[in-house]
Amino acid sequence: MVVGQIPAQQAAEFSVDLPRRKAVGWVFIALGLLSILFALFILLLLLYDVVHRGLPYLTWEFLTGFDSRFPSRAGVLAALAGTVYMMGFTILFALPLGIMAAIYLEEYAGDSWFANAVQINISNLASVPSIIYGLLGLQVFVRVMGLNRSVLAGALTMALVILPIIIVASREALRSVPPSIRDASLALGATKWQTIRHHVLPYAVSGIMTGNILAAARAIGESAPLIAIGALTFVPFTPNSPLDLFTVLPIQIFNWTSRPQEAFHDVAAAGIIVLLVVLLILNSLAIFLRWRFRTQF
Amino acid sequence: MTVQDSTATLLKSTSAHHSPSTYYHSMAEADTVISVRNFSLWYSKKRALTNVTIDFPRNQITALIGPSGCGKSTLLRAINRMNDLIKGVRTEGNILIDGNDIYAKGVDPVEVRRRIGMVFQKPNPFPRSIRENILFGAKINGYKGDYDQLVEECLRRAALWDEVKDDLNKSGLALSGGQQQRLCIARAIAVAPEVILMDEPCSALDPISTLRIEELMRDLAKQYTILVVTHNMQQASRVADNVAFMLSDDVTTGMLVEYGPTSEVFTNPKSKRTEDYITGRFG
Repeated sequence: MVVGQIPAQQAAEFSVDLPRRKAVGWVFIALGLLSILFALFILLLLLYDVVHRGLPYLTWEFLTGFDSRFPSRAGVLAALAGTVYMMGFTILFALPLGIMAAIYLEEYAGDSWFANAVQINISNLASVPSIIYGLLGLQVFVRVMGLNRSVLAGALTMALVILPIIIVASREALRSVPPSIRDASLALGATKWQTIRHHVLPYAVSGIMTGNILAAARAIGESAPLIAIGALTFVPFTPNSPLDLFTVLPIQIFNWTSRPQEAFHDVAAAGIIVLLVVLLILNSLAIFLRWRFRTQF
Repeated sequence: MTVQDSTATLLKSTSAHHSPSTYYHSMAEADTVISVRNFSLWYSKKRALTNVTIDFPRNQITALIGPSGCGKSTLLRAINRMNDLIKGVRTEGNILIDGNDIYAKGVDPVEVRRRIGMVFQKPNPFPRSIRENILFGAKINGYKGDYDQLVEECLRRAALWDEVKDDLNKSGLALSGGQQQRLCIARAIAVAPEVILMDEPCSALDPISTLRIEELMRDLAKQYTILVVTHNMQQASRVADNVAFMLSDDVTTGMLVEYGPTSEVFTNPKSKRTEDYITGRFG
């Protein structure tokens, strides 16, 4: 309707006041921008501090050397190798288990009493402090199973920590598959498993992988459960077998920061840079996988 | 049940307080494929269909019309047991396909769905190549013939071949809406169904694409029995051989009000309510 044609009586019932409505929008844009600038500022400050202090120590010798009593000779290799080694096993355990559990819960369990109980418990487990898993790992893996303070014990403990996260993230990804795809497949006479295998999983895979990688990133930065199982040690070698002693980056960093010499705190900063780079690589991988699987369709 | 005498009104009174009456027009003697017998359906406590009895003749197009919430989509989805996927669905009565009750004990809905194809309201091709879209149903059902031949044949029958033959590996999602819907039809006929159910197949399409689908439906009716849900009265009159008018009122939800040849129902409705609906007085 043309504006000029609005009857005067009807127009009187509106208070358009567009400038005010737009102003409210601008206020929110300003608030949002301010929030993000604040967060960025803090982040940059931290980053500056770490890089400024750690960079001088970030040498080839640092990356390829073992820990030492002397700050200038301390290296991160044992922790880096320990992190990579342990994470390999963690993913090996947690990924298939988590994804299969998610498929079962999301696709098959339905709405039963049992499924609801499991679901509530898994959501709770995802928010249990990781030290609790460490204590469980200490008892079950280190003592009862006799795995000692080994890579394997650490990996199993860490797998427990991230399993609920993987399950929750994978279920989320499965749930985001449009029902129309399932309907299309089922209407062609596909069985439930055929539908899941050929349509639901391929569709959800990018989301599942992203969730898994973010869970892995969480595990890499996690130190409490490993301290609980006793991985806080001076380890002057790289682990050769799953039953070897080991240490990981966050523990090594924690170790350095707790030493009295000021110089070790700068070494710790160098260790933090290494940890950040590892996390950055993993997150980039998550973004890449998401993009890769999306463009496939 | 055969078709009722044109003057007779069939009263169904199996349900205590719901006894919808249906006006059946006399129809030419035809082979019945789907026979719905006194069929009722509930979504949990909510009743969606009440004692529907209707026969669908072979190689004809039957349009289900009626206002929103009258149960026409529910009836359609009952015929390939897609409603089974919804939690809390309960049914009463029978639906016979070629004389066999698909709601009998021991009948696998998966097998029913292969024989009763379905095309949905919104085109929903798989996010894969055109070729894979056609072949999926064939592969999972153990098709032993030549894949390339099947792809070509189905696309030709769906009047899509000429538009896509040079690019069968293109994603089904890259096609236009009308093409996607024809791909969905091609995909449905690739598993050799007897019946194709179409749930408002043109409601998301432009008028040109709609006409193409309608032409295609007429063509497909030579080989398949087609049931189509539509809100579009013109569409029903253009494509359908028979029309079934459904309605929900204050007492009864999802009842069949009138059923007969399209020309009869549209020009000479027996029920006042059918007449009101098709002349646009409500709904």
